[in-house]
Amino acid sequence: MVDMGVQIGGLALANPVMPASGTFAEGLADVVDFNRLGAMVTKTITAELRSGNRVPRVAEISNGLLNSIGIPSKGLDYFLSETLPFYRQFESPLVVSISAPTADAFAELAGRLQLPGIAAIEANISCPNIEEDGHAFAMSASSTSQVMRKLRAASSLPLWAKLTPNTGDVVAVARAAEDAGADALVVANTILAMSIDTETRRPTLGNIMGGLSGPAVKPIIVRMTYQCARAVTIPVIGCGGIADANDAVEFMLAGASAVQVGTATFVQPHAMTQVIDGLAAYCARKGVDRVADLTGAVSDAGLRLGDSEILP
Amino acid sequence: MTAAGAMAANTAGSVLRLPGSGVDDVRAQVLSNERVNDTYNLLVVAAPGPASRAVAGQFFHLQCPTTDRDAPYLRRPMSTYRAEPQSGVVEFLYKVNGAGTRGLASLEAGDYLSMLGPLGVGFALEPDWRHIVVLGRGVGLATLAPLAEMAAARNIGVTAVISARDQDQVLSVPRFADIGAHVEIVLDSDGSSSVDNVERLLRRCHAEGHADAFFTCGSNRLMLLMQRLGDELGIAGQVAMEQQMACGLGMCHCCVRDFRVAGETVSRRVCWDGPVFALAEATSW
Repeated sequence: MVDMGVQIGGLALANPVMPASGTFAEGLADVVDFNRLGAMVTKTITAELRSGNRVPRVAEISNGLLNSIGIPSKGLDYFLSETLPFYRQFESPLVVSISAPTADAFAELAGRLQLPGIAAIEANISCPNIEEDGHAFAMSASSTSQVMRKLRAASSLPLWAKLTPNTGDVVAVARAAEDAGADALVVANTILAMSIDTETRRPTLGNIMGGLSGPAVKPIIVRMTYQCARAVTIPVIGCGGIADANDAVEFMLAGASAVQVGTATFVQPHAMTQVIDGLAAYCARKGVDRVADLTGAVSDAGLRLGDSEILP
Repeated sequence: MTAAGAMAANTAGSVLRLPGSGVDDVRAQVLSNERVNDTYNLLVVAAPGPASRAVAGQFFHLQCPTTDRDAPYLRRPMSTYRAEPQSGVVEFLYKVNGAGTRGLASLEAGDYLSMLGPLGVGFALEPDWRHIVVLGRGVGLATLAPLAEMAAARNIGVTAVISARDQDQVLSVPRFADIGAHVEIVLDSDGSSSVDNVERLLRRCHAEGHADAFFTCGSNRLMLLMQRLGDELGIAGQVAMEQQMACGLGMCHCCVRDFRVAGETVSRRVCWDGPVFALAEATSW
């Protein structure tokens, strides 16, 4: 038997597989046994009511999709009275994804979520769809540090920072989040992107730009996972285009301690449980006793980044 | 899903769901997939489980095959044209107009298709209704045909007003005729599909006492007409709606539409809160 348990900061998970925020909700319980998941991650909630962006909110591309949902939210009271009781009936730890317009508002919201049935907070400091031109806290180390410090002071729950690939220096942002007290990093959110219908000449999304996800982004996020995992001592949770167990293994070898499956669930509702079963099968086949031993186990000995010879 | 899970889901959403709604992702074998006219194809699959659970107005999320030309990434929602518990057959009527439906058209008898469902909220018939009017156009009729059959099975009379470009595009008449529906065909080609003429037909149904409820699908123009008349004449109604969709399970919030509820605009998910909605609350699309 393979030991599938992993440790994310202070939180022990029965296995390293969980949903990516925004790709998981009550409706999936009609199809998938939530008690099999390493954790459950909610759609991002905000304290205030939000209507979300105009349609079209989704556009298909080769091997993935663009979305610009815009975090529609029924607010904190609805979450506490309706959503939280639904998730409390399952045994898997619940991670609540939160967003807010300011660092202070982030902290205020986190402070109100220290409740039974909530195991951790995932700070969505990286949504490309809610600020003008796709701006987000996690695009810079300084704004990441600012918001994470306030969150840390406001909550004693495990605090995960969800980073964005839309930054020039993800390593600096990762270190800033760690220094500010994050217990784990989620690497990463969607990549700011755009597509145009050449027949109508209209942007395919109502919001013009949106976030790219799905298999198309995987190599970029594997690279960022590798970079971040080498730069910090806290666990990294890989998230970007994972559709099957092989993808999950790749992220763990790159340095992830756990993985989030997102867009793949839209195509294969059973994707998460298939990844769990496939990870166990991979470990059994490779003689790996503990799935956690895969973390950072890429065989990169003897290889160096940027190790090219300058020719005369 | 456990009964407890479904009950809790009820409290979490605005929609009543029966415990053990029976949604699953199944591999269905294609029995046939043929053109029915210039525009529409009929896909027939063997899916015994879903066939016994699908209610008129519900849909399935189909994984469309990759072809030489296309690799559709997302599934495509397709309303149920027929779901027969006895034979285990499920049918879909579709128009080929993109990567997903081109993929569907490539399926041949014997092939397999992943279908998630049945999904969403279907049509509901009140016990005191004796006669309903269904009004549809194009592929919207595919959604209304099983409703007519559900009504007939409950001894509710049906008037079907079928709108089409021309006689060649008229769909599903035998489906409505077989259950004894009174069928009215209105066409663009002879002008009979005009809003004015359809309004006259609907008013006549009402005057004859044959309009306890209105149902529509497939045309914004006809939906607005039915909504206006329903409001004026005090006739309840339901409309089946479409929207670009990703997950099909209410998770992603891509397929929202606006509804007018008590004077306020409310956003609802077509896949989860619908696809069938109260006609009075629908807004133009």
